[in-house]
Amino acid sequence: MPDLDMSPYAAFVWPAWGISALVLGAVVARAVAASCKWKAELKRLEEDGA
Amino acid sequence: MFGLANPQRFMSFTGPLTPVLWVIAAVLLAIGTWFSFVAPGDYQQGDTVRIMFVHVPASTLGLGAYAALGVSSFFALVFRHPLADAAARAAALPGAAFTALALITGALWGQPMWGTWWVWDARLTSVLVLFLFYLGYMALRSSIDDEARATRAAAVLGLVGLINLPIVKFSVDWWNTLHQPASLLRAGGTSLDPVFLLPLLLMMAAYTALFLAVWLSSIRTEIVRRRVQTIRARMALDA
Repeated sequence: MPDLDMSPYAAFVWPAWGISALVLGAVVARAVAASCKWKAELKRLEEDGA
Repeated sequence: MFGLANPQRFMSFTGPLTPVLWVIAAVLLAIGTWFSFVAPGDYQQGDTVRIMFVHVPASTLGLGAYAALGVSSFFALVFRHPLADAAARAAALPGAAFTALALITGALWGQPMWGTWWVWDARLTSVLVLFLFYLGYMALRSSIDDEARATRAAAVLGLVGLINLPIVKFSVDWWNTLHQPASLLRAGGTSLDPVFLLPLLLMMAAYTALFLAVWLSSIRTEIVRRRVQTIRARMALDA
């Protein structure tokens, strides 16, 4: 089983993992949001008969 | 390989590949995280050794993404290929994020082990320079409205930044640094204990799959964005 007791270094280990999860999550979210936005715009233009 | 330089062929090839990479990245991240916390604490570093499982992959991908950016910049500059420019542009943001993570997690590891968040030693400083190259590349691109000029200027900067990659990699060998020498990729094999090597390799594979998924997805988005711009320009001409 995983050992989640990081003492006495919890103040360093958890922020390192937390910030990594946050930043990677933001990078993924931005890539997915940009993909959806431009795909929707292309679809709209194509439906308008461009 | 060069057949993929055609944007349409690239789109049809990467269409089914990108979701597979997202799934591989998610699964490897879950397994890697599990093994990272199952591994015992190091006899000297205690539980801070678990920072290595997010720090080393972030550093490696920070360098790897810049190599992708630099090589793509070369093809964009020499062959003026739009897909190469899209590839360079798409590598910048994830690369900057990985490098920022390497600096932040390195500081969080350095404080309990070295007694300081930061030192101006060769490794840390050269990684900071790498981060500044990423920021400069993105700032330069967004500061020039003319896409052709932005591509050329950014490609030159991307190429110049390649000089920094061997400096980052070999800084710990060329100079006397507080940062430890390479323990994974080094002559004579790894010096890591197998209990730490497995989670580290899993997390490296997870970060690599994640970068590839974000990179391919962003290149595809860039191709779609340019198609939209072309259609808009054609509509403006027709109006």
